[in-house]
Amino acid sequence: MHRQPPNHASAFSANSAFNWVRANLFSSWSNTLLTLLGLWVSYFVIWSALEWAVFTAVFTGEDGAACRVPGAGACWPFVVAKFKVFMYGRYPVAELWRVNLTYILAIAGLVPLMWPGVKGKLWIAVYCFVVFPILAYFLLTGAEWLGLRNVPTSRWGGLLVTLVVACVGIAASFPIGVILALARRSDLPLIKWSAIFFIEFVRGVPLVTVLFFASVMLPLFLPENVTFDKLLRALIGVALFSAAYLAEVVRGGLQAIPRGQFEAADALGLNYFQKMGLIVLPQALKLVIPGIVNSFIALFKDTSLVLIIGLFDLLGIVQQAVSSDAKWFSPQTAATGYVFAAFVFWIFCFGMSRYSAWLERRLHTGHRS
Amino acid sequence: MTGASKPQFARRRPRSLSDYFYDPKTRGVVLQILVALLLVYFISEIVSNTIRNLEEQGIASGFGFLDRTAGFDISQSLIPYANTMTYARAFLVGLLNTLLVAVLGIILATLIGFVIGVARLSKNWLIATLAGVYIETLRNIPPLLMLFAVYFGVLKNLPAPRKSLELPFSSFLNVRGLYVPAPQWEAGMSVVLAAIAAAILGIVFLNWRARRIRIQTGALKPVVLPSLLLLIGLPSAAFLATGMPVTFDVPELGRFNLKGGMVVLPEFIALVAGLTLYTAAFIAEIVRSGILSVPKGQSEAAAALGLKESHAMRLVIIPQALRVIIPPLTNQYLNLTKNSSLAVAIGYPDLVSVFAGTVLNQTNQAVEVILITMGVYLTISLLTSVLMNWFNARMALVER
Repeated sequence: MHRQPPNHASAFSANSAFNWVRANLFSSWSNTLLTLLGLWVSYFVIWSALEWAVFTAVFTGEDGAACRVPGAGACWPFVVAKFKVFMYGRYPVAELWRVNLTYILAIAGLVPLMWPGVKGKLWIAVYCFVVFPILAYFLLTGAEWLGLRNVPTSRWGGLLVTLVVACVGIAASFPIGVILALARRSDLPLIKWSAIFFIEFVRGVPLVTVLFFASVMLPLFLPENVTFDKLLRALIGVALFSAAYLAEVVRGGLQAIPRGQFEAADALGLNYFQKMGLIVLPQALKLVIPGIVNSFIALFKDTSLVLIIGLFDLLGIVQQAVSSDAKWFSPQTAATGYVFAAFVFWIFCFGMSRYSAWLERRLHTGHRS
Repeated sequence: MTGASKPQFARRRPRSLSDYFYDPKTRGVVLQILVALLLVYFISEIVSNTIRNLEEQGIASGFGFLDRTAGFDISQSLIPYANTMTYARAFLVGLLNTLLVAVLGIILATLIGFVIGVARLSKNWLIATLAGVYIETLRNIPPLLMLFAVYFGVLKNLPAPRKSLELPFSSFLNVRGLYVPAPQWEAGMSVVLAAIAAAILGIVFLNWRARRIRIQTGALKPVVLPSLLLLIGLPSAAFLATGMPVTFDVPELGRFNLKGGMVVLPEFIALVAGLTLYTAAFIAEIVRSGILSVPKGQSEAAAALGLKESHAMRLVIIPQALRVIIPPLTNQYLNLTKNSSLAVAIGYPDLVSVFAGTVLNQTNQAVEVILITMGVYLTISLLTSVLMNWFNARMALVER
């Protein structure tokens, strides 16, 4: 075993390329054996993936008939035919521009917000967390007074639901998480122990049970004649769940702030909210941005669980399409659908994790004692 | 604050209302009373709403339902179970199924995770890259999707029982699961079990003695080889001495179905495979960062002391790496246990699927069922944390 980060320096000239191969792949007989094993594994994986996805795959067809040929690989026309459903669910086709406009508005806010060094972050944040949610709410659900037809959430689905649950989840859980983290570090025993109880309780149970709780027990808690939309119930469950995890991330940041900062704020005569809002939180949150992105990735993957309580996120709608659409039935339909869903999830999660790593490197240059 | 702590300078005067308003202690008390009132109001509101809603739906509350007859079958059970037994029994079956998946998943994920974590650090570029591709692919896909892919994408595509795939050791694989020979224990088996227990005790003693000798004299006694010999030798000797007290009920391919043997459910295979592969990617990253966290000077110092590389690894590097590895590893174990609740999506009869699924639907006792289910996971989580904190405290660096 080698305990240093391996340094596979790349080399381009022929001679050093040969040396590189010898040093990194065939330095000893055991290393050579490993290389051969690795070659065999890569050959096997790459070849069978290519064979399934390209060489024996079906690319055209109106229904599953072409895919039912024995020995056929991936059934791509299925994904093509269902693409709109996978992306938007049963959202009315004539109103799809509203979803797309929401995406554009979101990107317009998020890109400058996430790009370090852009000026006027405060106003961008106001847009992202106040203006945009209101716009998005009316665009997606509809507003008769603006001439936008109402679209009930039961018609939403696919990637749209995944993104809505993940984004609302993180946006709602962020303030709750910060409050919980501050409460957990409070000197007041009742507040501290309430926060500890909530955080440890939620972190100790699986999200599935929290979703069951939100879908079965929450309606019992409400006064008469108050009913919640199914999507809203899931959102509440997801937000509370994610808030507990975010609270621990933020607490890590709070603990990293030197005691002198708190004392200096006290010495200046700042009250609690000024001290936290102006001195401590800005430093603490900056430290934990990568952690926040990581919990967003976890939340994004966890949104797939809403299918258990009968909502159709991206995975839920793919699952429904592969299991109940007789027209497209074939031995490879299910696998094709899952590969497509996995690819979409992977793009989002991998992109975010790269962003997180990049940000970590950039922020590392700051003062970090 | 007035300068109450320095009486010689302070003007003694009765404290006014504004003094109390600016006193942090008073403020704290008032704030907590407000929060307490708010919590009490909130909880009483929830309780009264719930009671009224339950009454309206005609649902009796209480845990009496646990003694009623369950009346449904469970496809896999570690303890004898029939649909004439109680809901409490069904709960126990579900709990044991959850624990089975969790324990098996943890063992497999740890093994795969350690291998891939070490491979990620290999000097061999190809092996390191392959491990990296594995980690980055699996970490970024929802575990539920992996379950579906294994279950619906692969296992449900297997041939019907009539065309079962034949595997070594007279096992068969088909759409209904993996059929393996079922061991039938006979009388002498208790002797073999006792031999296994004796072997484990012997290994503990060997380690303890070797450690004591090492601390007292510095001499290194061999531990690994004798331990292995003991673990394999003693039970095998007992096994042979008692006349091999085990026979196998071998599955046989009949006209339409397989007869005999033991079935491993496809849901079980999918759940264990999905959770293992997913969690292994995270464990691999933890192992990698743990090994990297040991300063290079430590292995150089070990070499300078003349330790063999294997000894340096076992006595110097791994104990220090474990310190970094254990806390996040515990988290992954808990995550795997909690993720085993995804079983409900593919119909493996775990706790959530049996209890929060079927039992809840049959009895409508939502409050009790959800609270019990959450309570079980909470207990597992807290027990594991306590255990791991104790272990961690033992492993922690003892500073001067």
